[in-house]
Amino acid sequence: MTNGQRSDAIVRGFALSSVFWLLVGLLVGLWLAAEMIFPALNLAPWLAFGRLRVVHTNGLTFGFTLAGIFACSFYMLEKLTRTPLAFPGLAKTQLWLFNIAIALGALSLFAGWTTSKEYAELEWPLDIVVVVLWVMFAVNVMGTLVKRREKQMYVSLWFLVACVVTVAVVYILNNLAIPVSLAKSYSAYAGVNDANVQWWFGHNAVASVFTFPILAMFYYFLPKSTGLPIYSHRLSIIAFWSLVFGYLWTGAHHLMLTPVPEWIQTVALAFSLFLIAPSWASVVNGYYTMNGNWDMMKSNYLTKFFILGITFYGLQTIQGPTQAIRALSGHLHYTEYIPGHVHMGTMGWVTMIITASMYFTTAKVSGREVHSVKLANIHFWLILVGQLLFTVTLWIAGIVQGAMWKAVNPDGSLMYTFLDSVAAMYPYWTVRIFGGLLYFAGISVFAYNLYMTSRPKTQAV
Amino acid sequence: MNFNSLYEKPVLFAIASVVVISVGTLVTTFIPLFLPSTQPISPLVKPYTAVEMEGRDIYIREGCNNCHTQTVRPLRTEVARYGDYSKPEESAWDRPFLWGSRRTGPDLARVGGKYPDAWHYRHMANPQAMFDKSNMPAYPWLAKAKLDTSLTARKVKVLGYGYDGAEVARQLAAFRETVTAPAYPSAQVRSQVTPAALQGEITELDAMVAYLQKLGRDLKAAQGTAAGSATAWAAETKNPYAGSPEAEEEGEKIFKENCRGCHGEKGTGGFGPKLATTAHKFGGSDADLFASVAGGRPGGMPAFLPQLGKDRVWKAVAYIRRLEKENR
Repeated sequence: MTNGQRSDAIVRGFALSSVFWLLVGLLVGLWLAAEMIFPALNLAPWLAFGRLRVVHTNGLTFGFTLAGIFACSFYMLEKLTRTPLAFPGLAKTQLWLFNIAIALGALSLFAGWTTSKEYAELEWPLDIVVVVLWVMFAVNVMGTLVKRREKQMYVSLWFLVACVVTVAVVYILNNLAIPVSLAKSYSAYAGVNDANVQWWFGHNAVASVFTFPILAMFYYFLPKSTGLPIYSHRLSIIAFWSLVFGYLWTGAHHLMLTPVPEWIQTVALAFSLFLIAPSWASVVNGYYTMNGNWDMMKSNYLTKFFILGITFYGLQTIQGPTQAIRALSGHLHYTEYIPGHVHMGTMGWVTMIITASMYFTTAKVSGREVHSVKLANIHFWLILVGQLLFTVTLWIAGIVQGAMWKAVNPDGSLMYTFLDSVAAMYPYWTVRIFGGLLYFAGISVFAYNLYMTSRPKTQAV
Repeated sequence: MNFNSLYEKPVLFAIASVVVISVGTLVTTFIPLFLPSTQPISPLVKPYTAVEMEGRDIYIREGCNNCHTQTVRPLRTEVARYGDYSKPEESAWDRPFLWGSRRTGPDLARVGGKYPDAWHYRHMANPQAMFDKSNMPAYPWLAKAKLDTSLTARKVKVLGYGYDGAEVARQLAAFRETVTAPAYPSAQVRSQVTPAALQGEITELDAMVAYLQKLGRDLKAAQGTAAGSATAWAAETKNPYAGSPEAEEEGEKIFKENCRGCHGEKGTGGFGPKLATTAHKFGGSDADLFASVAGGRPGGMPAFLPQLGKDRVWKAVAYIRRLEKENR
């Protein structure tokens, strides 16, 4: 087997792993959505909402998204450096270890092994496995970059390097803990500091998993699938450095009006607003790339995924900073508005870009065209409508919920009990399930289409 | 150096990236680790007892923080709903912190002492039996599991609570003594939810209830009962809604949502006293009933004035009057 064939198999392996964990994570999400309405569905300890939610978030962040990132990164890396992967054997081991780790991670979370820190719930033995996996990935990224034949590194590779270093720094520092048993450890930080470190991590996990590598894909696969060069190289330089610099200051916008020192909150708020600029630099770069060729939205099946994806990224990066503003945070934080915000990013931006990029790469590494453009179009419309139904419903729900919490009678007493605000959510939660079902249907079409695209051609040996 | 060569040197580029992400990290996360404002210690806030700590670990294991926050923001309505806003020193012993990010259920930072233990035993076993519209999962299995204390002493040492293994053993024995004694005020409800084989042991639910009762209690104890609140309704002596059927009907709704869980359907009594009677525990005049509902009573009756307001408290009282009559 040549190096090229070996890395094709690795890309295909990560793509199919990604799809598998996507289906699992979404099924868990649907079950959770139903539990919100029918608490009787909390049938057993491992199925209870508190444990299951963590399986959903971790399964989709680390199972689906990371596998998608690995698949597309290895592909981009080889193409952009015009060099085969430095260590294909290591990448293959990484593929196996990755799937074992995700499966063990899910099992451990079902069992209640959790640190409780969001997106860092895995207990210390699995943290070590995650770090090993990340080192394996980093070695291949840096190794291939050092060996590369292409002199200049394209913007996608910058974002990839930023992803590698940022994940390493924030993951390790936030997970520092003292173990008391295999299943239990205590955070190295206490109280206010633990909160501050956790959301510095939490926000930058979002940056380095849901933003940097997805932008890398956008900057590579949009030009690749349309044949149009990116509009401005200079704009991408500005966008890159200011984004990577600004992100690390903003963690405390998750902690507005909490006991975290006020100046940290205010600095986070200021940088959150600042981040609109570099975020929109990428949005504008994408739109201008299409200048004069907007007909491709119709004629090229992948273009609409990338353009809608970057549009949701643009909306997301306006919505996020506005939520950091104290007055709005006071109304919206802790309500359904926040899951609404998160799901526009993950279901709109991240999944649109990853699934489109995986159509492109899987077709290439399998040496064929995508199995069905028609199915890809159905997939697009189902996930678009499903996501909008889901997120817009939750935004409205969140505004209503926040208003109910704040409503007062003329005598100054509260107008609604907490339970009133729960009861008011049931209609919204019902609509949310329908949004989720449409979305799941779209992803099922995608899974079938990608699987059919990935089958190796029988004559090629 | 030509700046463009940065994009030709991957190792240098990686180092530059680390430097760029380090600036914000240093200022907003690393330096604050050592500031007094992020680690205030107050003698008023005590470390957890061994049992409370184990209860906290069960809270973490079950992922309660996914639906419940533990930080009250300095907002007028939030303070009215939950109590005084959260202070940094209250989390001093918390590793990890459990402030949460979503309120599918209410904030719990001030839940300690708000209800009697019996309330929690019944609520954890079956929340919908107390509140129709609640979507909280039931946790019946917690009462069916004996608390594992094999690591307790080690945990306390790692967490630096400042007491030793002998003290842990003493606390566990004393706690077991308390909750299994017939004189334990919540003994009846506890025995209903706990299987016979574990009646004499500490269950996971016992530890969970102990933990919930600790939340916010140190601060409440330090502040004492809000002075002046007693006079807030001193002038409330006559129910303006006495005999109004509309008010009684509204009162019934208020009763079903807020009172039924403890005082039983139609006020026939639960682990809260019977209300469908003229012999009220804390006095049966309009003023007495108003004071009980508005300001709460020792032994587990929470104050409802901040949530309901004067108007609706009187309507609830009107409904209680109807229950008295129906029962006669």
